[in-house]
Amino acid sequence: MKTKQLFNTVALSAFLASNAANAQTELSLWYHGAGNPTERAILTGIISDFNQSQGDWVVTLEEFPQAAYNDSVTAAALSGNLPDILDMDGPNMPNWAWSGYLQPLGLPQEKVDHFLPGAVGMWNDQLYSIGLWDAAVAVFARRSVLEDNNIRIPTLDEPWTGEEFTAALETLKATGDYDYPLDLGMSDKTEWYTYAFSPFLQSHGGDLIDRDTYLTAEGALNGEEAIAFGNWWQSLFEKELAPGTSQSPSDHETGFLDGKYALQWMGNWVAVKALEKFGDDLVFLPAPDFGAGPKIGAGSWQFGVSATSEHPEGATAFIDFATQDKYLAQFSDAIGLIPATAEAAKMTENYKEGGPLAVFFDLSEAQATLRPVTPAYSFISPTFQKAVSDIADGADVASTLDAATDEINQNIERNNGYGFNEN
Amino acid sequence: MTGSRQYRLARRERLAGWLMAAPALLLITVFLVTPFVLGLGLSFTNQRLVSPNPAAYVGLENYRNLVGLGVLVLEPERDGNGQLLLRDGKGPIYPSVRSFTRNNPDYPQYRGMREFTSFSLGQDRIVILARDVVFLKAVLNTVLFVLVVAPLQGGLALGLALLVNQRLPGINIFRAIYFMPVVLSIVVVALLWRFIYAGENGLLNALLSFLTFGLFQPIDWLGRTDTALWAILVMSVWQGVGFHMVIWLSGLQTIPLSLYEAADIEGASNWQKFRFITWPLLRNTAVLVLIVITMHGFALFAQIDVMTGGGPLDSTQSIVFQAVQRGYVRQDIATGSAISVILFVMVLSISLFQRYLTRERR
Repeated sequence: MKTKQLFNTVALSAFLASNAANAQTELSLWYHGAGNPTERAILTGIISDFNQSQGDWVVTLEEFPQAAYNDSVTAAALSGNLPDILDMDGPNMPNWAWSGYLQPLGLPQEKVDHFLPGAVGMWNDQLYSIGLWDAAVAVFARRSVLEDNNIRIPTLDEPWTGEEFTAALETLKATGDYDYPLDLGMSDKTEWYTYAFSPFLQSHGGDLIDRDTYLTAEGALNGEEAIAFGNWWQSLFEKELAPGTSQSPSDHETGFLDGKYALQWMGNWVAVKALEKFGDDLVFLPAPDFGAGPKIGAGSWQFGVSATSEHPEGATAFIDFATQDKYLAQFSDAIGLIPATAEAAKMTENYKEGGPLAVFFDLSEAQATLRPVTPAYSFISPTFQKAVSDIADGADVASTLDAATDEINQNIERNNGYGFNEN
Repeated sequence: MTGSRQYRLARRERLAGWLMAAPALLLITVFLVTPFVLGLGLSFTNQRLVSPNPAAYVGLENYRNLVGLGVLVLEPERDGNGQLLLRDGKGPIYPSVRSFTRNNPDYPQYRGMREFTSFSLGQDRIVILARDVVFLKAVLNTVLFVLVVAPLQGGLALGLALLVNQRLPGINIFRAIYFMPVVLSIVVVALLWRFIYAGENGLLNALLSFLTFGLFQPIDWLGRTDTALWAILVMSVWQGVGFHMVIWLSGLQTIPLSLYEAADIEGASNWQKFRFITWPLLRNTAVLVLIVITMHGFALFAQIDVMTGGGPLDSTQSIVFQAVQRGYVRQDIATGSAISVILFVMVLSISLFQRYLTRERR
């Protein structure tokens, strides 16, 4: 008797499940933001809106911690378990597209046109990914601190020169009020290193790779300009103007807010928190100009469709749905990221005209430099990370940059030019 | 009649034996043997973690790139008359290593090499060049780590085991205390110790400063090339010592009490009892502990990954950390595999050597 009951229940639930599956096809979505409740709340909101808006698809979310996300995707790709929709950090997209993880995204051109360039992932003249936001980096500072020390407050039109920047740091150091004058975020040993620090290299006139051919780093990463960058970079740590590679993560998290550091080189995703603390006193300063113009990184997390997805039309429909202005605005309000369209910006608290973070929009427009759009970036980034860490720790600048250049060149060679020499 | 019954019984026992071993054998095959065989094969190719290009056989290239060494003899620079050029009183000037190793068609054998170390020999400067300086450092660091950890951890564990092997009330509490770090995940332990070692406001610096009435200057333990590896070493010894204590303890408890009683009757001192009863009877345990610590030591990874990432200046690179860096982070599975194979050969030969040294002589 009991067995029969059990059997009936199982049969019934199996029937129900298969029925539901017939009605709506399941699409899986992977996201990098595990552990961030604010992001999660918005994303699950978008997903449930989407699931209720139509009867064909139902999207299910799986979250990963950011530090393990790329590895998880790589492992999934190798074992053939990629989800239908995945998000990715912008500069990794070319590598994933080249490796065959992604399929081109079938969004109409009109949709993409009014997006910020940093939020649109193009590779080989095809659209592969699109982001809900872009990110920008600025020097976080307090107006009162700068004014008390007679330091000029730079503007977008007239940023600090390299010398002015260093002099400002030395002035702040001399006050003795701070553990260090500048927090660079050295404890964040991730993509942050390349994202945040390679613009300094580019502002000196160097680069991660020769962007004419994408086949060599010779001259770009170890030329005179790059060595000048390396010497300046090393001097920051020698003169104790910034905490080094052994900085504790908690200091990086709260040091600027607690007044341990006078300035912070940081992204707009923590701007909301800093505004809450300092209010009007907080200013976001543009990157200093080391000779080749002020630069900051560009390109953030974006959505794309995996190559193995059997339902690209459904996945694309979701991405189309998620990139509506209202969702862009929601994300921006919650974590301070730059909404990817001007229309969305108008709807936000912080980026509407005169909003406290509107400056990031201008920064992004004026200074943003994309990281090299090449599949080699996945190799370049850890190599550059190691080089700047070593230089910060006191390694010989020229030979460290030479070594990084050699490694990158060897890697490009071993990958047959990543498809570039064929052009 | 009885013969065939015995035969059948033996066959059944053998079958049962295999059946019981089967789950373990299956797991070992799937998760240890197969990956190793695959890795061995991949180390002779240019396999990438992800790439649309097919892998090709490259022979020993990966191994050559890892362990390639070169010796460069730099002669001091002379002026037109053959006089030594001197750098204002600080000795002769040598040409830069870079001028030989980069884009110099006369010295193709040095191409892409970097200086590992150098010393003076007469007037010449002898430079040891390595194709892969980082890997070489990783090997040296790992060997140093094992050489220090093996005796230190083994000895400390034996001491603790002798302490907690006494019949005292509540001794189990002490056993539990010493064993506790083993239960904690090494990642958690490493994160905690990162706070302890922190240079600005770490517990260790605060403690040392308190004990010396403020004389002690704070040290950035993990941020200095001369202290980072030792800091990790101390933490690792602390974390693992409880495990080996338990193994020693089990060895100690197999020693029959009657031997000690006999020794007491003979009037042996504590040291004599240890020297002539305890230590000889712990011989097999000692071999086990030594080999296990050695293998654990060579597998040094999580502490490095969490606490230093190999820095500062490669002073905490380890072999396994490099294997993961190459294979996964830099997506070069072939080199990662080659590193794993080298590690396997190293550990295997050291273990065999240890077995040989500690073999029972008859």
